[in-house]
Amino acid sequence: MEQDELKRQEDKCIQENPPACTAGCPIHLDARKLMLDIQKQDLKSALATMQKKQPFPGIIGRICDHPCENVCKRKDVGTTIAISDLERYCVQNQTTTVKKMKVPPKSQTVAVVGSGLRGLTVAYDLAKKGYKVSLFEKADRLGGNLWNYSEHQLPPEVIVEELSVLNRLDIQIKLNTAITQQDLAKLQEEFNVVYLGLADQSNDVVELLGEHSSVDLVTCATQTPGLFRGSLVGNESPIKSVADGRKAAVSIDRYLLGVSLTGSRESEEPYETKLYVKTKGIAPLPVVPMNDESAGYTTEEALQEAGRCLNCQCLECVKGCVFMQEYGSYPKSYVRQIYNNDAIVMGLRQGNKMINSCSLCGQCAAICPQGLDLGETCKATRESMVSKGKMPPSAFDFALRDMAFNNSEEFALTRHQPGYNSSKYVFFPGCQLSASSPEQVEKVYAYLMEKLDGGVGLMLRCCGAPADWAGDQELFQNSLKVLVAEWESLGKPKLIVACSTCHSMFREKFPELVSLWELMADLDLPVQDPNVSGGKVAVQDACTTRHEPVIQDAVRHILARLGYEIEELPYSKEETKCCGFGGLTSFANPELAKKIVEDRISESATDYVAYCAMCRDNFAAKGKRTFHLLDLIFGTNLEEAAIRPRVGFSYRHENRAKLRRKLLHSLWKEAPQEKEGAFRTINLLLNEKVLEVMEDRRILIEDIQQVIELAERTGQKFVNPDTGHNLAHFRPFKVTFWVEYQSQEQGFVVLNVYSHRMEILEDGHE
Amino acid sequence: MNNKPNKTQKNPWKCGKCGGELTLGMIRASYLGNEFEVEELKCLKCGFVLITEDLALGKMFEVEQSLENK
Repeated sequence: MEQDELKRQEDKCIQENPPACTAGCPIHLDARKLMLDIQKQDLKSALATMQKKQPFPGIIGRICDHPCENVCKRKDVGTTIAISDLERYCVQNQTTTVKKMKVPPKSQTVAVVGSGLRGLTVAYDLAKKGYKVSLFEKADRLGGNLWNYSEHQLPPEVIVEELSVLNRLDIQIKLNTAITQQDLAKLQEEFNVVYLGLADQSNDVVELLGEHSSVDLVTCATQTPGLFRGSLVGNESPIKSVADGRKAAVSIDRYLLGVSLTGSRESEEPYETKLYVKTKGIAPLPVVPMNDESAGYTTEEALQEAGRCLNCQCLECVKGCVFMQEYGSYPKSYVRQIYNNDAIVMGLRQGNKMINSCSLCGQCAAICPQGLDLGETCKATRESMVSKGKMPPSAFDFALRDMAFNNSEEFALTRHQPGYNSSKYVFFPGCQLSASSPEQVEKVYAYLMEKLDGGVGLMLRCCGAPADWAGDQELFQNSLKVLVAEWESLGKPKLIVACSTCHSMFREKFPELVSLWELMADLDLPVQDPNVSGGKVAVQDACTTRHEPVIQDAVRHILARLGYEIEELPYSKEETKCCGFGGLTSFANPELAKKIVEDRISESATDYVAYCAMCRDNFAAKGKRTFHLLDLIFGTNLEEAAIRPRVGFSYRHENRAKLRRKLLHSLWKEAPQEKEGAFRTINLLLNEKVLEVMEDRRILIEDIQQVIELAERTGQKFVNPDTGHNLAHFRPFKVTFWVEYQSQEQGFVVLNVYSHRMEILEDGHE
Repeated sequence: MNNKPNKTQKNPWKCGKCGGELTLGMIRASYLGNEFEVEELKCLKCGFVLITEDLALGKMFEVEQSLENK
């Protein structure tokens, strides 16, 4: 990934944009955090949150005209949060504490004329930055219009207490000092900067500045260098007056630092946030009323009111994806981690496992308001890792060996329909259906030959998805080349695919491609046993049909024709969830794949129906009653079909090989040669526990047979004289398999199996 | 990474070819182009090296993983 691509992807993720209240606040107070502080009953933190943006929280918290409430998302589901009343609650119940200034004092001087909210804010902000500030007020007390509020709303002692911070900031306060035009000229000579805390277009401004009174509305600068003033008309909005002062303080600081006054100031004004917040499905709640309006919220009331805050977040993709949840963050940070992982030259690539754990299913892109596809980034990075030789070999090795098996003579087959010399169609059942339910493949093929005219050929092999998902484009393209050549040898018939993954791999390559479900939706279905049809099923859409509404609709159409009532899962069709097989997640991160399955099967108590063999097997393996659509279509013994266990890796190979031999024999009257290899005659005795260990460690029957055959033929093994157990190993490729076994009359009892990838270089060992 | 049986747990395996005891010795191992020497149990006569389950799934796996992520 290039840096500009990283930036483009990062920008798509809007999670870090502020909530509407913060964006809409003239001084961008983090009201979302404030609500959390109140919920946690941490008023000290609440005051700190206010103080981060507000110069005098005790004052502003009591008088703010709260434009934030106009944009609060809560109003879509109930009424806007009473942010202003809650601020008042905070300042009534917690006093402001001022931290000691830590910045070193600066030598530059600033004169601030007028101590209304503008002048006070400029004086406060600049004094905190270390400037020497003098504040001139014509009256005998600071605060200007602040004294016009009722004593109840803003008690005089609060004004005095809050403004005492100015003394602590070493601001020189000059009361009873009206500034005339002559005085102004003097101030400009004495001070580096003069700020006039006066409203735009006010009489005072015109009097003082005369014809030179114009002001830059973005920077508050006048035409005279070093002279700044208010740019906002009127004093009606206290919070806007504070913002007006703050704007000037930023400009003055920049002026004194000698940097641009105008650069990147776009987000200072209130703006509309890009943060997406889904309010659909949230129960509406009205504002919490106050028992005593004049006293304000009680603690109990405040907790309840703050509790209504939606804590606005996007996180739409994270909510739907266990993989995103697993790593505790969201795409903006993930794309950065992935970029760093890819760019690393020395040191450990900590992100490899994460990158290899994504299902590449595209759910995030379908959900994201900006269409950010983390899977795309993961896949591109896998390809980059493979091309640089940095892909961890253990991640996808097993899946790619499985693919090699499926494209070998053990399974691969291309034939015209028996008795035909040409094919109008070719059925491509895919390797996983052939492994999970070889008998269904036979039934479908017989059905298609019966229903369709013009010859239905058969192609058994792998579509290449494991290579594509593993980031090995060379392998994928080579596999596709062979597949295309085989298809061409049949005369380029129309491809009928049963597996949605195959469909997704072929979509671009084969213009005449049809899913089995599309085809069957329009054909007569096999005659149903009237006793077994009906009932309700929840549909698991295969993630590889995400953008194939035609297939999804066809599946529902078939179910309706079979008499089933359909339940839609919370995430379905375009937003469907992967079962943990997509992207080879279950190979790179089996623990995560388990969580993915558990999450998906907990979404409904209704029996599921899947039209992908892997979805069905993965759910059933975790105890979820799940049918394959073909179970319902061919409808025999549905009770058994719903709980049929997953076929393990070893037997998947065997099922595919058997299917090929059986079809060759029964349909084409060919007698395929038995595969060679002395190890195939080794008879293994495997109990449930060992089979489970084999499955977890991805060790196949044929691997074990090879170990024992070699050990028994050569004597290369260890023996335990006490138990009579043998321990032997064999390294047929880049993995060494170890088997502990015992010889019995009927065969070899397998006691334990394990493997490692590291190679032992000792003479005589391997 | 080593195969030293701890004192309480005696190594039960003998060489299946010569029947000899296994002894600790330096052996060479390699992964992804990295070679290293470690002390493991082996039959000095026949050269077979014993890799136990604990070693394969424990320390050896850890080393493999960190080399894969290098």
